[in-house]
Amino acid sequence: MGESILTASQAYIPLEAYILVSLIMFFAGVYGFLVRRSVLLMLISVELMLNAADLNFAAINRYLYPEHSEGFFFALFTIAIAACETAVAIAIFINAYRNLQSVKVNSISTLKE
Amino acid sequence: MQYALVILLLPLLNFLVTGLMDTRWKARVAGTISTVAIAVITLLSYVTAYEYFTTRFQDGSYQAFIPFELNWLRFTDTLQVKLGLLLDPISVMMLVVVTTVSLMVHLYSLSYMKGERGFERYYAFLSLFTFSMLGLVVATNIFQMYIFWELVGVSSYLLIGFYYTRPAAVAAAKKAFIVTRFADLFFLAGILLLSYYTQTFDFTALTSGDGRMFGTIGSLTFMGGSVLSWAMALIFIGGAGKSALFPLHIWLPDAMEGPTPVSALIHAATMVVAGVYLVARLFPVYAVQTPEVLHGIAYTGLFTALFSAVIACVQTDIKRVLAFSTISQIGFMMVGLGVSGYGAHEGLGYMASLFHLFTHAMFKALLFLGAGSVIHAVHSNSMDDMGQLRKRMPVTHLTFLVACLAIAGIPPFSGFFSKDEILAAAFHFSPPVGWILSGIAGLTAFYMFRLYYNIFWNDKPPTSRHAEHPVHESPALMTLPLIVLALITLVAGFIPFGRFVTSDRGLYTISLDWQVAASSILIALAGIGLATVLYRRNNDKPARLKLKFAGLHEAATHRFYIDEIYLFLTKKVVFNSISRPLAWFDRHIVDGFMNLLATVSNRVSVRIKGIQSGHIQQYAWVFLFATLAIAGILLFVV
Amino acid sequence: MAQQVVFIILSLVIAFFSVMAVNSKHVIRSTVYLLFVFLATAGLYLLLGYYYLFGVQVAVYAGGIMILFIFAIFLTNKPIDYETTKLPVSKIIAALTAVGGIALSAHVVYYNIRRVATLGPIADLNPQQLGHVMLGTEKYNYLLAFETLSVLLLACVVGAITVARKR
Repeated sequence: MGESILTASQAYIPLEAYILVSLIMFFAGVYGFLVRRSVLLMLISVELMLNAADLNFAAINRYLYPEHSEGFFFALFTIAIAACETAVAIAIFINAYRNLQSVKVNSISTLKE
Repeated sequence: MQYALVILLLPLLNFLVTGLMDTRWKARVAGTISTVAIAVITLLSYVTAYEYFTTRFQDGSYQAFIPFELNWLRFTDTLQVKLGLLLDPISVMMLVVVTTVSLMVHLYSLSYMKGERGFERYYAFLSLFTFSMLGLVVATNIFQMYIFWELVGVSSYLLIGFYYTRPAAVAAAKKAFIVTRFADLFFLAGILLLSYYTQTFDFTALTSGDGRMFGTIGSLTFMGGSVLSWAMALIFIGGAGKSALFPLHIWLPDAMEGPTPVSALIHAATMVVAGVYLVARLFPVYAVQTPEVLHGIAYTGLFTALFSAVIACVQTDIKRVLAFSTISQIGFMMVGLGVSGYGAHEGLGYMASLFHLFTHAMFKALLFLGAGSVIHAVHSNSMDDMGQLRKRMPVTHLTFLVACLAIAGIPPFSGFFSKDEILAAAFHFSPPVGWILSGIAGLTAFYMFRLYYNIFWNDKPPTSRHAEHPVHESPALMTLPLIVLALITLVAGFIPFGRFVTSDRGLYTISLDWQVAASSILIALAGIGLATVLYRRNNDKPARLKLKFAGLHEAATHRFYIDEIYLFLTKKVVFNSISRPLAWFDRHIVDGFMNLLATVSNRVSVRIKGIQSGHIQQYAWVFLFATLAIAGILLFVV
Repeated sequence: MAQQVVFIILSLVIAFFSVMAVNSKHVIRSTVYLLFVFLATAGLYLLLGYYYLFGVQVAVYAGGIMILFIFAIFLTNKPIDYETTKLPVSKIIAALTAVGGIALSAHVVYYNIRRVATLGPIADLNPQQLGHVMLGTEKYNYLLAFETLSVLLLACVVGAITVARKR
């Protein structure tokens, strides 16, 4: 349906642009993961990184192998897995909060023993 | 004859059942189960023996028969370790001996060991021993024999150390184990040498008379002897350790620390004759391939017989007298084997030796069980505490007398016949050997009757012990085995043994050599007469004799200082010159190196412990930097 | 031209809100910024011609996951929960590292991908084809992954309930 619109103008947006956007998103996630003390915020950072990876899959698939759709499906499955991961992680956080009254990452270090 | 397998498996099963049995169960249950099991396998062995000797006689000789065999370890196509049952005349004969004596001992122990702590443990060990001994005698190959050989060693160790709270028993158990194990080292070396060159473990192959397999090994020489001779000599050393031949006899007298029925079963009737059985098993190889080793065996046996007979004359502990007597009699058997040749008439010594093994097992078990009965009544091992027991213990007295007459070689008791054959074979081999052996037979008669008179006649002043414990006859459960064994001893001499067991499995008719028989009876009577004069009544003749031969007496009492020599060799020479430097090396160099490693890793881990902080963000930092660094290196450096 | 304008706007939105999401003091604000990032990414998918992916992104990320986050914040945080520990040094190092990472990656991308990028005709999979690919067993079909994922989802549901329920 949108083929006629897109084909004409696609050439003007280079692949590197997409990758740059995803890079920024990814390293924002890295930064957040490293400096934030709240586990929720760390989870948000992880979501950012996953999202960046999805975007990369989609963009590279579209630009380099338009006749295939592996990247597309990878992105699709990654989204599903991210949903799972978030659900479990949040369940763990709620449990931890119930026991420790805190969601600060430094307080959750008893597993090392 | 597939059922022969049951003979082997039932004691093992019984060992597991009684060994794992809950100790809250009545100890009597364990004893009963074991005794019933032994009775069953005894019956089975009799059936096996009957069937074997009636059906397996073909082409003028008994055919070896293997009802069951399992290929266990496969090294090469020819060199395989199998587990199986080999039935041939000697193994069937041994089956009968082992199960009979074992049954008697089981019955006897029901009463003798009553109320002991660890009653069911005792029976479990007895079953283990019976299993191992039976496995040893029916072994189809030398490797299986070695396995069971070690197993009997273990069970012997366990049973000698049965009273593990007594330091002497523990020490004796250790001594027995170490000495026999030391000898078994040579045995193993011999097995490996032999099987390496002949490419087989099988007895049937080794003793088939096919000399080709010894072609290479016979021509190789090492230090003046052929490798085959060395191998066979090494194997004999293993047998000598188990059979307590000089100079490896030192463990047997100490082994008397175990319960008396155990001494009867293991250290008189069955296990100690394993060495004789081993030589008999490999006899064709010894006789045909390495006669010089066989002669060595004869002289070792002769010296052992003489040496231990002398010691037996002065011991005061009745079990030790019997122990030295056992060593001496095993010496007899070894002489019998050693002087024998291979073949129908040449093999007289072989037949005589195994005949003596058979009769000796019966009357020596009887002697030990009788001694146990006396000890049970008197609560002492020393003959100084005994005397005048013949009225109070009539059954024990009579059966003991029968056994003494048998071992002294008085007809018509079984020992006369077998010993006479050995003497005849020895005279045939060389008259001096024959005369020495006859002399030893006289000594045997002397020390046995010294023992007999000291226990049952000599009216020594009664010790205080007597007054407290009125001595009376043992219960029926103990006297029954004595009576059975005495009956066997009475009739066993008339068994036409040569029709069953000969060196080439053919038939041989025993004919008494009256010249030899007459001289040996005379010598035996002389020994008995001397003992009667000296020990029948309490007098001062033994003391005066003792003074006259003070030096010899002292030396014999201390068993010719063999134990001291061993102690000197091990403690002073081996410990100081070999063990101590090795121990120093081990403690300082080997352990030091290990300690160094431990210390270093300890220090290092203390340092790096902080990395494992449990803080996830630290890990993330490390992970990120490492990833970036690797990416950078891959991009710009490589 | 219009595509480029849209792309630039979306890119700026993504870049800005990503950084804001990880820098905001309030967790709830971070979540809202994250929502914007997700929506903008969905827009990029649209721009790439992946309509189905756009739908999934909006429904699962912007819809489902966001709700989860918001619930989690309500359940765990006090009304106003600030970052209590501030370590400016580590923040600066992390920022520098992130920028360094961007630079490194951009360097790689610039010198490698630009030259091979070509553009083919755009044709999104229609839902029928999509279904065939998802549930097909041929080459480039994803039945196994699909089923595995369904099992994983089930496990997650069970796991989440088990972990979070009150004892």
